[in-house]
Amino acid sequence: MKDIIRQLVETTGPSGYENEVRAVVQKMLKGQVDSMKVDALGNLITRKGQKGQDGLTIMLSAHLDEIGIIATHIDERGFVRFTSVGGVHPRNAVGGRVRFLKTGQVGVIGMEPNQSATSVHGLDKMYIDMGASRRADVKVSVGDVAAFDRPFEDLGQRLVSKAMDDRIGVAILVETMKQLKATPHEVVGVFSTQEEVGIRGATTAAYGVDPDLGIALDVTLTGDTPQAATMEVALGNGPAIKVKDSGMISDPRVVAWMEAGAKRARLPYQLEVLSGGTTDARGIQMARAGVPVGCLSIPCRYVHTPSEMVDYGDVQNSVKLLLALLSKPVKLA
Amino acid sequence: MSAFKRNPKWQAPRIGATELKLLERLSNASAVSGDEGAVRAIVLEELKGIPAEVQVDALGNVLVTKSGKGAARPRVLLAAHMDEIGFMLTADDGEGQFRFEAVGGVDAATLAGKPVWVGPKQHPAIIGAKPIHLTTASERSGALTADALRIDLGPGNGGKAKVGQYATFATRFTRLGPSLLGKALDDRLGVTTLLTLLKHAPANIDLLAAFTVQEEVGLRGARVAGYTLNPDIAIALDCTPAMDQPTWDGRENTLYRSRLDDGPAIYSVDSSTLSDPRLIAHLQETAAAYGLPYQMRQPGGGGTDAGSLHKVRGGVPSISVSVPGRYLHTPAAIVRLDDWKNTVALLHAALGHFTRDTVKGGR
Repeated sequence: MKDIIRQLVETTGPSGYENEVRAVVQKMLKGQVDSMKVDALGNLITRKGQKGQDGLTIMLSAHLDEIGIIATHIDERGFVRFTSVGGVHPRNAVGGRVRFLKTGQVGVIGMEPNQSATSVHGLDKMYIDMGASRRADVKVSVGDVAAFDRPFEDLGQRLVSKAMDDRIGVAILVETMKQLKATPHEVVGVFSTQEEVGIRGATTAAYGVDPDLGIALDVTLTGDTPQAATMEVALGNGPAIKVKDSGMISDPRVVAWMEAGAKRARLPYQLEVLSGGTTDARGIQMARAGVPVGCLSIPCRYVHTPSEMVDYGDVQNSVKLLLALLSKPVKLA
Repeated sequence: MSAFKRNPKWQAPRIGATELKLLERLSNASAVSGDEGAVRAIVLEELKGIPAEVQVDALGNVLVTKSGKGAARPRVLLAAHMDEIGFMLTADDGEGQFRFEAVGGVDAATLAGKPVWVGPKQHPAIIGAKPIHLTTASERSGALTADALRIDLGPGNGGKAKVGQYATFATRFTRLGPSLLGKALDDRLGVTTLLTLLKHAPANIDLLAAFTVQEEVGLRGARVAGYTLNPDIAIALDCTPAMDQPTWDGRENTLYRSRLDDGPAIYSVDSSTLSDPRLIAHLQETAAAYGLPYQMRQPGGGGTDAGSLHKVRGGVPSISVSVPGRYLHTPAAIVRLDDWKNTVALLHAALGHFTRDTVKGGR
């Protein structure tokens, strides 16, 4: 599965510009699912299985997009001013490298001088140095989009890359759709767009899919690093079953079903309460007349930096748990 | 996507005395979010001369369907908001003085000492300010907020207004040579543009028009208008700030958002929408084929009706095009007539080249 992960994280796809990542997923799933289609906002909707007598239409959603930047101005000396697409924190930007989608050109993020050595300017006082000396030499236009550039690193049990949020969810969903054999359900694997700017793709995808049950696959924060904010979730303790985050409260019946499934399959899991942030599950929950939802989270350190870290065991156990859950009828009670 | 050829028969809709007169009427009308009746009446009156289906929905949006001819026409929705920022009277302090709060995004620094029109009859009043004779240096250094200010209709005029009524800045539309000055040009320019385009609708599309309510308080009208009209493509017509003046220290201005005289501002990213790249390309290719100017609006904050429209039902490929304007959301904005003319021309030419294939496949 590491090859799939590497390929996905090393492809660029900031919010609104997910087409390259989508193409990679389409290739991975060719012949492995019953149908694939792309909707008006660029969501990839894949389906497998028929809804039997005890079956449901179950929507799984993992987002294709990653955080990125967009050019706002090219100054006389060729420095590119920019703003964020999604949650780019200024302290994670300085010294970063970004690659523009249109040209493949790389630039380095610099910052105007600051009186304090420890404080950080906002993005409006930063710029991208494309290695040029004049505006005329820069092949970047206002509105051009770039993604952070950093290669995948396999540390053995732990994997590090940019865009683990949420390519690791994408990898888990690809693997799940591929390995899924007998299911009483119509399983709809949605590779969604524009999550990082406000759960936009999953919102419209859920309207189109009209599911009976929804599960988002996304990363979550951890409390297992030096002086970390108090949080139960730790890398390596298994996939996290979300109870609540700041935008969504999981249906308690869905939480119970996921917990029971993990116990039955003898898989490790942890319960997650996230104080800031939310996932595609919020968009699914609010679709049409409402949908029972839950979320399977992959614990991840350093989220929204160019070095997001996950545990390979958590990733593999996520696939196993999803396959176990999807292979049997669902009784929410 | 392949570049397309200019339609040799194409002519830009004329923006002349009639359109300027209409814009003047619309700009001078009071229609704060939630109270769009005065502008809606003008819109409905203008629509009488256009053969199209017209309805007013539950929130007060005016929805128009102008069908084209031929097979496989895309349903293209254009939206322009009828509402403007303003004030609501919240408490009667007696003697013609009212407490008030802002409706929509108003900077408190722009309030003190400004004339306003109160209520549907546009009674003249003033947001009273302490005269300089009586202020201290420290009072003069900070901006007064709405709680510290009153709308004053003058002693004895308390009966002319009541709590719950709206007020707007009292600014009469004025032609300034190559420029236009007025209140509420955001978005009466869009409203006038949309009426003009309906009168010259190309036949290759079904042109759906939404004159929306409550944009300034959170893109509320567009959300339900988009649901009803259920389009294939959506374009919001709006105004965007131009902060294109020289900087105070002579350094290069890198945060201008848009610039006067550079033509219609095409959106890539704002807080509400990531424009569909196929629609960005469509507008850019139209501009190239027809020799029309445009500028890319600087990506960043702000939002338009597109923020609601792209998320309705199963999703709608969407974009926004704005006329750049200085001093938006203050008593008076300034726009260039040529930027408006070029906006109407670009939109009209672009509409003529939409097909179902424009947004076929994945974005």
